[in-house]
Amino acid sequence: MVSLSDRDRTLAAARAACARVVDPEIPTLSIADLGVLRDVRLGADGVIEVDITPTYSGCPALRAIALDIEAAIEAAGLGRPRVSLVLTPAWTTDWITPAGREALRRAGIAPPTPGAGRRALFGADELVPCPRCGATDTEKLSEFGSTACKALWRCRACREPFDYFKCH
Amino acid sequence: MTTIAVAETPLTPGLLRLADTALVHSHRLSEWCGHAPMLEEDLALANIALDLLGQARALYTHAAAVEGAGRTEDDLAYRRDAPQFRNVLMAEFPRGDFAFTILRGFLLAAHALPFWQATAGSRDATLAAIAAKAEKEAAYHVRHCGEWVIRLGDGTGESRRRMLEALDTLWPFTGELFEVDDADRAVIADGILPDPAVVRAPWDATIDHVFAEAGLDRPAEGWMQSGGRWGRHTEHLGHLLAVMQHLPRAYPDATW
Repeated sequence: MVSLSDRDRTLAAARAACARVVDPEIPTLSIADLGVLRDVRLGADGVIEVDITPTYSGCPALRAIALDIEAAIEAAGLGRPRVSLVLTPAWTTDWITPAGREALRRAGIAPPTPGAGRRALFGADELVPCPRCGATDTEKLSEFGSTACKALWRCRACREPFDYFKCH
Repeated sequence: MTTIAVAETPLTPGLLRLADTALVHSHRLSEWCGHAPMLEEDLALANIALDLLGQARALYTHAAAVEGAGRTEDDLAYRRDAPQFRNVLMAEFPRGDFAFTILRGFLLAAHALPFWQATAGSRDATLAAIAAKAEKEAAYHVRHCGEWVIRLGDGTGESRRRMLEALDTLWPFTGELFEVDDADRAVIADGILPDPAVVRAPWDATIDHVFAEAGLDRPAEGWMQSGGRWGRHTEHLGHLLAVMQHLPRAYPDATW
């Protein structure tokens, strides 16, 4: 019989292990800061249960993320976890944490504007500051970028092209 | 390798219709990879294909769960023959030229967006969750394809000629998007799939808006082709499946 404090310690270790897993396509960003990691639990049978949610339905990184979580939990000596995919509620860029936004900016990727999802999706042009020089004189080059979650933009001030993490 | 026969619970034909349309359309879009007129479009079409593939996977997985025969998404995608596919016929046409691909993408996305919006309120919780994701993706597809329909329709003589030709070919296949049969009516009455009538008005508005901008006349509502939902397909689907299913058919024990 596992005592309550043992369970707490196990869970804390599992959460810490998951927090170290990064997005394979944006390795400066942890899956916790990306909002993809939804829950870490200890099952009744003592197995760690992890819920993740896809950014986009076809996100090819998801399988890699699930494998990385399994590896991280096992490396922490906590056994093989059960990683489940949850679709609801649907992931939104609003779940990217302030630390995640900063990590994106440092990687040269313009973070999405919080709460701009619906507006940006259906209507007016977005105002995307350049992640390198901060200028707002930027233009969209392509709606679809290097991965499903990004668009390609260019800064007219410093002339650098950059990825923009699309509002979703 | 044997072909499977899916037991038709009330919901499976509806789910397979959505999944098959997404998968077959995704496959046609993926054929542009490395062939699009410019790099940005290569990326865009591949991205849209990926969104549709993700939707298809979720829908097949759900269809397999609803069927309850222990099958997987791969069984449904790779182990059925053309007459068992339920996709709308429009999705299976060869990719054609860029105007054709863009107009097909626009017509399907203009339907998918209000369809998924309505389905997000489904009483089937899994389907509602799939819809909530697909709806966001469809919004991008409508915008991207819609912008190109306008650019090509209102562009050069050549781009306009090609857009008109694509419209002539594709329009009679739009009726399939709104067909219902008795099996559908039962599922609609249960609040699981939306009534096509609900999808119709926003579809009309999107089509009229983009066509007006593009200088395209909306074709008159005439005779419409049907057949996909009963597995009566064009010859093109068999060729597509021969390519898509080749590996799992040739090596049935291959794993990912």
